Amino acid sequence: MTRHLLKLAEVTSLAATAALVGCGKKEEPAAPTAQAPASAPAPAKKEPLKIAFAYVGPVGDAGWTFAHDNGRKAVEKEFGDKVQTSFVEKVPEAADAERVFRDMIGQGNKLIFGTTFGYMEPMLKVAADAKEVKFEHATGYKSAENLRAYDSRTYEGAYMAGVVAGGMTKTNVLGVVGSIPIPEVIRNINSFTMGAQSVNPKVKTKVVWVNEWFNPPKETEAAQSLLNGGADVLMQNTDSSAVLQTAEKAGKYAFGWDSDMTSYGPKAHLASAIINWGPYYIKTTKDVLDGTWKTSQEKIWWGVKEGAIDLVSVSDKVPADLKEKVEKVKAGLKDGSYVIWKGPVTDNTGKEQLPKDKVADDGWLGGIKFYVKGVEGKVPGGDAK
Amino acid sequence: MESFALLIAATLNAGTVLAIAGLGLLINERAGIVNLGAEGMMLVAAIAGFATAVHTGNDWLAFGAGAAAGALMAAAFGGLVIWLNTNQYATGLALSLFGAGFSAFAGIQYTQQKLGERPHFEIAGLTDIPFIGPALFRQHPMVYLTIALTVGLAWFLYRSRAGLVLRAVGESPESAHALGYPVRRIRLAAVMTGGALCGVAGAYVSVIYTPLWVEGMIAGKGWIALALTTFATWRPARVLLGAYLFGGVTMLQFHLQGEGVQIPSQFLTMLPYLATIVVLVLISRNATWIRVNMPASLGKPFFPGS
Amino acid sequence: MLKLEARPQPSKAMSFASPLLALAITVVIGIVLFMLLGKDPLKGLYVFFIEPIKSGYALSELSIKATPLVLIALGLAVCFRSNIWNIGAEGQFIVGALCAGWMAMQAGPDTSRFIVVLVLLAGVLGGMLWAGIVALLRDRFNANEILVSLMLVYVADMVLSYLVYGPWKDPQGYNFPQTITFAAATKIPRLIDGWRMNIGVLIALAAVAGFWVFLFRTYRGYQLQVGGLAPLASRYAGFSSRSALWTGLLLSGGMAGLAGGLEAAGPLGQLTPHVPAGYGFAAIIVAFVGRLHPVGSIFSAVLMSMFYIGGELAQSRLGLPKSLTGVFQGLLLFTLLACDTLIHYRVRWQSVPAAPSVKPVAAPTQKIREA
Repeated sequence: MTRHLLKLAEVTSLAATAALVGCGKKEEPAAPTAQAPASAPAPAKKEPLKIAFAYVGPVGDAGWTFAHDNGRKAVEKEFGDKVQTSFVEKVPEAADAERVFRDMIGQGNKLIFGTTFGYMEPMLKVAADAKEVKFEHATGYKSAENLRAYDSRTYEGAYMAGVVAGGMTKTNVLGVVGSIPIPEVIRNINSFTMGAQSVNPKVKTKVVWVNEWFNPPKETEAAQSLLNGGADVLMQNTDSSAVLQTAEKAGKYAFGWDSDMTSYGPKAHLASAIINWGPYYIKTTKDVLDGTWKTSQEKIWWGVKEGAIDLVSVSDKVPADLKEKVEKVKAGLKDGSYVIWKGPVTDNTGKEQLPKDKVADDGWLGGIKFYVKGVEGKVPGGDAK
Repeated sequence: MESFALLIAATLNAGTVLAIAGLGLLINERAGIVNLGAEGMMLVAAIAGFATAVHTGNDWLAFGAGAAAGALMAAAFGGLVIWLNTNQYATGLALSLFGAGFSAFAGIQYTQQKLGERPHFEIAGLTDIPFIGPALFRQHPMVYLTIALTVGLAWFLYRSRAGLVLRAVGESPESAHALGYPVRRIRLAAVMTGGALCGVAGAYVSVIYTPLWVEGMIAGKGWIALALTTFATWRPARVLLGAYLFGGVTMLQFHLQGEGVQIPSQFLTMLPYLATIVVLVLISRNATWIRVNMPASLGKPFFPGS
Repeated sequence: MLKLEARPQPSKAMSFASPLLALAITVVIGIVLFMLLGKDPLKGLYVFFIEPIKSGYALSELSIKATPLVLIALGLAVCFRSNIWNIGAEGQFIVGALCAGWMAMQAGPDTSRFIVVLVLLAGVLGGMLWAGIVALLRDRFNANEILVSLMLVYVADMVLSYLVYGPWKDPQGYNFPQTITFAAATKIPRLIDGWRMNIGVLIALAAVAGFWVFLFRTYRGYQLQVGGLAPLASRYAGFSSRSALWTGLLLSGGMAGLAGGLEAAGPLGQLTPHVPAGYGFAAIIVAFVGRLHPVGSIFSAVLMSMFYIGGELAQSRLGLPKSLTGVFQGLLLFTLLACDTLIHYRVRWQSVPAAPSVKPVAAPTQKIREA
């Protein structure tokens, strides 16, 4: 009986394969230059530089991935037919990622962006086998001769939002819907609190963790529980607009995160802390086109100064003097005169983490594991050594 | 105190989704059919409801669309399971898996859409009662409709002729058939009604609860609703209470985090699922009790003329 | 009007043809879908069915996806044949990966290669433990195994998350949720340099043979099958449904755990919150499409893997959304279940609308079997 089954399946699959291959021969095999007909035929001069993006989420998340895709579109706009971009979305941060990256190389891409931390190991492996391709890894910390890490100073956006929050809160309780307790998010919570304290030393921050980057129903519940706990201004590090929408429904305030979310909660929206990947992607593309791309042991970390971070669409509900304060901070971040992470910084157990007047370096910032004074609770898993 | 009142309000809201779906599944199971496709039906209904709300701006049409989507999927399921006698568990699973994929696919262009301003609800006068006001009376009408549904369903099952026939079909389809009742059509009606209710629940999630579409947004609520029916020993009032219990545990986990309780958040997130297991164990312990309460033909295929 | 007529005996030919028919229907629907989306259907089929197998590297990638599916499906097939509905294989996979990962983390730079055996063994035991909970609760308390096993999936995911964010977090890892990368000695040996295919493939093939023997050549296997097909008869014959419960769950849990261990120590090389890849659920489809037969599960696992990989490729080649993979997989199972009826029933055309609850008496001159 087994033989029967094997035979039947074998014959059928062979037949099917033969039929399909027969048909398939009419199509070009996936050669590097054969893409969808939409691409213009190569101009008489150079072949366009093929750039590929790997996204962890869906392009429509209106948050993290959406911001990256906007960066990709900016590159297309800037360089026209000198480049040809493509993307794969919802690539899981797991074993599958390696295959996607290898496939991108096989398709002839020479510049590849991996837009989430979890792609680090797969990218390193693939980069070792494809030395002529340049790899850019977002939010990572490892590098190679053809791979470097980049990131955006989201904490600057969080700080500026905090300034607004501190001035707008009536209960002096702020709420943050946290995604995953990695240093970046802890840093953002801290910066948000510090920004608020700079205009209103009495504020407290409550944090609730969703343990995911993107889960609108959970984010809604988390936001609701923060509001129930007395917070009247909400901030988030998650990727959807659920938190803002919850605040809208409850008649409280919130911010947009990663991209401009004004339209999702017009009454609740105070401002959006956005990431603008355009400038960095354009610069990187230019470097590759000019042949001047160099790797870097330290991650390349752009902020307000380089145009990567901004606080936009500040609502008219924010009084003029508060708006001015934010603009001053922004200008100071732009020209480097304003430093957010300068001592004394005390954590919420009373221990001094940064002595007076000491400026934190990027390495220190990259490993933050404590909450500053004013934030309630303990960092999840923060004391695991 | 204020925050506790708000916790109750949030619990009612969260529980409503589970309750509507749970009641729908109860109707199914009373007729003897287990529909494991609840999650898939809710997902497809969620995108159907959301899309309708985006295009028409009318929430109630959206609920209708969700109900229709759920009923349609349930009909496909019913056709296979009732007439072709396919295995109920496998078919239900297939429905769930298909629903997950299809909803994600259909929802692609809706991921960035938003709905118009979401209405506030208040019952004038009642909301001002201290504590009870904010706890109970600031809810969407669907919350109150759900309570009405529970009462109505209990009446239907235990006090109406039609309900009696339904239960008879669930206890012993052969006997009902012998008495001349169109067992298969009754089962199909039950399945489709159940599907419609799951659909309403799904649409509620995407239109009211979290007015967004994102794939997978039902996030296991369909499976919890299935657990609810067993846990409630197939009685409507208990389904409602159980739903509120689960809604409460879900909200509690965030509430505890916000209060600074030092339990790792992952353990708090586990709470609803562990609670389900514990309650299942407690309920099922007495095999006799289960046998007395469970519709006897649950999960078994029915062959007319056999 | 189409009418179903029971066959006197299940048709053997149909039980082979049914999965193929289901596949054909799914492909047809796929073609329609491609056309509706404005894509070339032949190119779509090429991406889904040819590209994943057209080179050695592609086949090796296919094997990485198919191996865990085969392993889990083998165990599930035993379970489902005994009418035990273990849908928590995903959770058992996770716990298997956790235990295997723990064992792997005990290794140092000087550990001998034999640790791989221990790592995989730990995976098996972990999966068995998790499934054992389901069996215990069903055995002692009658708790429905469908719901318990499913709830335990969520619990397992949270346990993984807790460990990876907390006690097992890599101290050198900048507080990111991941464990240390496992020592080189623990890596599952690869078969060919440069490709990711590893001995998991050999293990899977050996398991297929083992399960085939167990199900069709041992008394125990026979008991399990009878228990599922005719529970009353089997009880009368003295076959214990209790031991069937434990056997089924422990076997499927162990296989899922093994798959988890292979994944953790193989392509992943560490534990991250992304260990759960949905294999536990996909394997349910694999088991059914493979007719709950060990050899069949190889073919259906390959098919499912083609859907996965094809779906990935379809994004960059054709701009198609990833969710297509889920649609095809769900459709496949659905159509399979529908086609399966043809094993037990024939379709006939009747001009007289038949009464819904009365079976027409078969005329004696009617041919009862089709050729």
